[in-house]
Amino acid sequence: MTIEEQLVQKFGANAFEFSQFRDNHRAVVAIDCLLSVLTFLKNDAGFDQLSDITAVDYLDFPDAVDRFGVVYILLNTQTGERLIVKTFVNDPHPEVPSVFSLWRGADWLEREVFDMFGISFKGHPDLRRILMPEEFTAFPLRKDYPLRGRGERHNFPVITRAES
Amino acid sequence: MAVDLPENVFMTQLDAAANWARSNSLWPMPFATACCGIELMATGASRHDIARFGAEVMRFSPRQCDLLIVAGRVVMKMLPVLQRIWLQMPEPKWCISMGACACTGGVFDTYAVVQGVDRFIPVDLYVPGCPPRPEQLLRGLIELQDKIKKTGTFTGHEFGKRTLPEGPLPMAADEIRRSKQEQLLFQADEQ
Repeated sequence: MTIEEQLVQKFGANAFEFSQFRDNHRAVVAIDCLLSVLTFLKNDAGFDQLSDITAVDYLDFPDAVDRFGVVYILLNTQTGERLIVKTFVNDPHPEVPSVFSLWRGADWLEREVFDMFGISFKGHPDLRRILMPEEFTAFPLRKDYPLRGRGERHNFPVITRAES
Repeated sequence: MAVDLPENVFMTQLDAAANWARSNSLWPMPFATACCGIELMATGASRHDIARFGAEVMRFSPRQCDLLIVAGRVVMKMLPVLQRIWLQMPEPKWCISMGACACTGGVFDTYAVVQGVDRFIPVDLYVPGCPPRPEQLLRGLIELQDKIKKTGTFTGHEFGKRTLPEGPLPMAADEIRRSKQEQLLFQADEQ
């Protein structure tokens, strides 16, 4: 039984939107059943490794309905299968449930998504910035953030030769 | 009135003697953050051999160095570290900004990358290139030795005169102009 059939059997056909390109299987799920789907995939379908969590900002994207897409890339280390699970969240408070309880590796991945997109993860044990300095206020990978920043890169004291 | 000196004694000025010693035993602090660091290592290795110019003693503690070589791009999270390292180095000290990124930010014109370290620390010499070849860095080192010999003093009081920031303004007028242009283009797109 393919992974798509297992998911449909468990959650019903309406919960998913499947697509496929070669061996790249993708499933779009609603935010409400995301955690139960991921729990099923981890505990019953054998997807024991979380390769990556990332996000996409669909601001001004043609025909996009939702603002952010959160993407989970899963790997079954027994069979080598990969599955990409995607869900959508919106402003003003984009929030998804944390999967730290399922995969411990989600810790830093979720912190990175939080750092870059400002998507918070409910239930994460230590959600703070991981790459940007702690006093940074913006979320730089959002599309409404200018490429050259808002002057943060030049907000430092200037040291002259005489005073150093 | 001529003084008769023994054969192995010669007269000089204290400044010149100090400059001669300092310029021929520069101890670099390698602040290598990117591919320029690889060229810096190649400069130190046997083929190019920076030891020929007396600058082979790379020290990884700023307190033992007198030449800061900034090799590579510096991001906003790293800049306070760079400034602190510069302040920790004992006098007299010099700074080489090596490569396009350290000098101007290079191709990395993004929110996180500082557009030239000379905006925030004093730089004595710029080595262009992406990355510069070891020969270029050696040439820069020779130029710096020349500068030390020509302008250096025993007490180092020439540094005290450099009271003004020497690099471009942190937020250059050019940058403000560009961001305004971009905003106008963005608005034109919206309409």
